[in-house]
Amino acid sequence: MKSVKNHLSLVIALLSILFAMQIFVIVDRSIDAYKENLSINYSVIVVSQKKLDSKTLQGINNIIAKVSELSPDSVIKRLNTGMNSKNVELLKLSLPKFYKLSLAHYPSPKEVKNLTSDLLKNKSITKVEDFSFNHDTTYKLLVLFKSVVMVFAVVVFVVTILLIFKELRIWQYKHSERMSIMGLFGAAVWLRSAVLFRLAIVDALIASVLAFGAFTYISTSSWVLQQFQNIGINIVIFDSVNDFLTLLGVAISLSILLATLIVMGHKEEV
Amino acid sequence: MDKVIVAKDLSLSYSNDETIINQVDFSVNSGSFVFITGASGSGKSTLLKSIFGALKPKGGSLIVGGVELKGVASSKLNFLRRHIGIVFQDYKLIKEWTIEKNIMLPLIINGYDKGVAHNQVDKLLKHVRLKHQSGKYPLELSGGEQQRVAMARALAHNPILILADEPTGNLDDYSSQLIWNLLEGANEQLKTTVIVVTHHIPQALNVDYKHFHIEYGSINEVS
Repeated sequence: MKSVKNHLSLVIALLSILFAMQIFVIVDRSIDAYKENLSINYSVIVVSQKKLDSKTLQGINNIIAKVSELSPDSVIKRLNTGMNSKNVELLKLSLPKFYKLSLAHYPSPKEVKNLTSDLLKNKSITKVEDFSFNHDTTYKLLVLFKSVVMVFAVVVFVVTILLIFKELRIWQYKHSERMSIMGLFGAAVWLRSAVLFRLAIVDALIASVLAFGAFTYISTSSWVLQQFQNIGINIVIFDSVNDFLTLLGVAISLSILLATLIVMGHKEEV
Repeated sequence: MDKVIVAKDLSLSYSNDETIINQVDFSVNSGSFVFITGASGSGKSTLLKSIFGALKPKGGSLIVGGVELKGVASSKLNFLRRHIGIVFQDYKLIKEWTIEKNIMLPLIINGYDKGVAHNQVDKLLKHVRLKHQSGKYPLELSGGEQQRVAMARALAHNPILILADEPTGNLDDYSSQLIWNLLEGANEQLKTTVIVVTHHIPQALNVDYKHFHIEYGSINEVS
């Protein structure tokens, strides 16, 4: 029981840091996937007096991934109220050319602004419709969401670090007597602090394994998968190799840092 | 005869203000038994602390086992301490370790083979009459028994020097006699140098000893 208690406080602190970190990663991946979805549906419409080829348009700004000319037929169909075919052909020729530009990724408001101004530098282009109001609102919403989650993760991180420092003082008190006695018999620093480092690494392993279990469960939960399906994105919630190794690395680094601080703060008492 | 300790012009203090030991000269021969006495607060324990390097000399020179302790590097100090056995009035046993592991501590630090270490601990447990208690923890033992464990730990690695700070201060007559017998045995049979800080030198002692008395910051040999 005492042994479980010894481990619990650091394991819980580490676990909360790992949870905050992985949740931030999931949100980041979701936002990226959502942006990718948006970029498929988002396009800029360009009106030109002259016919422009794809190469010319793509050369204006490298964010332009694909150019497709919009057919004027639908416009003519609406205007066609008893016109003969000759007049329709004449009308077709006098109408400006419409192009739909698909972009390489979901642009930031600044990128949209730059793209619009670059396009308008071409003398043939008379109008660019970038749907900036809708775009800006969606983009800002995503950025806000990401920032909120990041602030939340940072707060959890800071609070947990403070808890860990409190734990550090308890550990310092608990281990200093043993370390001093070992020092009296000439134990090198690494030997004096070996127990401490072993304890810290074991706690980091326990916290990482618990986080692995929890996120493996979350990533396979049908309810969670349904939520992602509802917003139309498909992401890797928890990569059992890469994410686990990252969590393990963070947990071990933090606990080793904690143990090192204790060793550095240790003063020989006789 | 080789000298284990040589102090020249040695001054000791905890801060810059108050000098506890003031410019003293003394030496201790290898294989000798030495008592250091003095009133409370005279500096007996301070001197002992300086001998195992817990307090660095403020002035002068202090050479223990060939190692100059003024400005000594921690690696060299650790090396020296691996050849010293220490016994304190408050035992200084590791509470979360069994008494067997406590006795084994200097052997672990000195890198003894596990089998050799176990045999040595076994022998010492019999020697201090605690074989039947080997799996117990220090707080499960009486004060006298804990001090015997501390003695066994001090002897475990056959040190060149044993330092004892009031080793019988808290013990009854029976336990005190056992501790004195163990210190005498180490000195006579193993030729280990023994330095004991105490208020009273026991009457029934079967070894020749040297007696230093500390008073007003100076050390005088009592004949």
